Amino acid sequence: MSDNLQPRGSDDATFAQPLYTPIKRRSFFMYAGATAGASALVLAGCSKDSDPVKPNLPTGNSTTADGSISLGSGDVGVLNYAYALEQLEADFYSKVAALSNGASLLGATEFAYFQQVAKHEAIHRDFFKAALTRDAAGQVLRNLTPKYPAGTFDSKTTILATAKAFEDLGVAAYNGAGKLIKTPAYLVIAGQIVSVEARHAAYIRDLITPGSFAADDQVAAASGLDMAMTPKEVLNTAQNFITEKLSGDSIGVNA
Amino acid sequence: MNFFNIINQLAEVDPDVMGRLDTRRSVFNSLTSMSKRAAMAAGPALLASFFTKAYAGTTAGDPKEVFNYALTLEYLEADFYNKMIASPYFSTASAAAQAAIRQISKHETAHVNLLKAVVTGIGGTPTPAVTFKSATFASLTSFAAQLQVAQLLEDTGVRAYKGRAGDLLGLADVTITGIGTINPLQSALQIHSVEARHAAHIRYMRNQTPWITGTGDLDSQPHYTGAIPESNTTQSNVNLIAANSITPNTTYSAADAAASFDEILTPAEVTDNSRAGGLIGA
Repeated sequence: MSDNLQPRGSDDATFAQPLYTPIKRRSFFMYAGATAGASALVLAGCSKDSDPVKPNLPTGNSTTADGSISLGSGDVGVLNYAYALEQLEADFYSKVAALSNGASLLGATEFAYFQQVAKHEAIHRDFFKAALTRDAAGQVLRNLTPKYPAGTFDSKTTILATAKAFEDLGVAAYNGAGKLIKTPAYLVIAGQIVSVEARHAAYIRDLITPGSFAADDQVAAASGLDMAMTPKEVLNTAQNFITEKLSGDSIGVNA
Repeated sequence: MNFFNIINQLAEVDPDVMGRLDTRRSVFNSLTSMSKRAAMAAGPALLASFFTKAYAGTTAGDPKEVFNYALTLEYLEADFYNKMIASPYFSTASAAAQAAIRQISKHETAHVNLLKAVVTGIGGTPTPAVTFKSATFASLTSFAAQLQVAQLLEDTGVRAYKGRAGDLLGLADVTITGIGTINPLQSALQIHSVEARHAAHIRYMRNQTPWITGTGDLDSQPHYTGAIPESNTTQSNVNLIAANSITPNTTYSAADAAASFDEILTPAEVTDNSRAGGLIGA
């Protein structure tokens, strides 16, 4: 089957055109689905042993030689990478939202906002699972087991510090991963999510230090640019909070 | 609030106004306040030609055009915050509010400088500077009124950037003096998330949710509508709010689903008179 597939480049050139006039929502989503399907086929093809270019690109959720779980390659790798981070964020906020003393610990308004953020992150997580299941069946990253330092959920200070770390990390992760995406529709989706993560990050930062929503430690003063991190840099940090060992070595890599 | 009345008037431009202004200059000198408004309303009619000029020599989807589009918006924002800081109402704001506006202003000016360098770096010519329309700004007669516009500008900027990201895929890195080597798409994303941080903070300053739930005091403004409105709850054909759609035994609210994804605006929507387009002028 992989022998019959067209090269990626020709797919993109043909399908990308409608995105540039994205007023017609229906055609945009039809396009998104069509390209996503095509990408999944191509990526599935890439993993075949017969592939003459890069025979060793891992499929999503496969186990690598050292026992790590691979996030996969190409766009699937990027989506699984985002899915992994959203799993972590969603788990963290669900635990915060479930605190019986949440309102007294964080303040009533803040606790209510945290419950909204918990919903946003759960939706992000479940959206990625649904999209991956549709576009890359068989390569969907498994459910991860988050872990936290003792006392993480015991005080306002530790909850806010953890939330800030996750949100700023998430923003930097999406900012760094955008250029690894090949399918424009996926890039748009990532953009739609990262700005919400940035809103969360700004809010959490303001709770910790009022006015620090885009402070110089996060947004470079000279360029006005937010942080961007490579998958390797992000996973180095995220790994501290995830029981399973993840491998992101082939994220964005195509045959 | 005056601002929205003016915007409404701008959207209802009398096509004959320009002709009358051109041929009856003697009348121009004795304008009543009503006809002054008509003159203001004529301004946006020039915008279409402005945007056409700004992008002359480029084609849709051309990265140079995309970055000049971004640069135009950053010019507008940078000038708006400069006007805010110079306004007599600025001193009425708290020290924290003033510091926040200064920090945001610093970023917008940095974005202007960076984007000019990026346009040049990818072989283009930076588009001429634009300003926030003075008459519209003058109608914002309090710090709070100015903050309303700041929120609309920032949320529009967030929507504008994400609407063009796809046009920047695959661009080669560019080396910029004083900044270093950057990837154009990544830089656009790094600006985009800063705009989102600004938007969140201004919403927070205004006692609004930092994210767009649809229940905010400005959330019904044109800046949140469009072909894909911020109220959208279907992403990439995935229905986020249908029972059991994405999570077994869970139904998400429309407000949560809408807030969890920001939406794009097309260039035509951004530069429409009802949004950023109506704010550019002398």
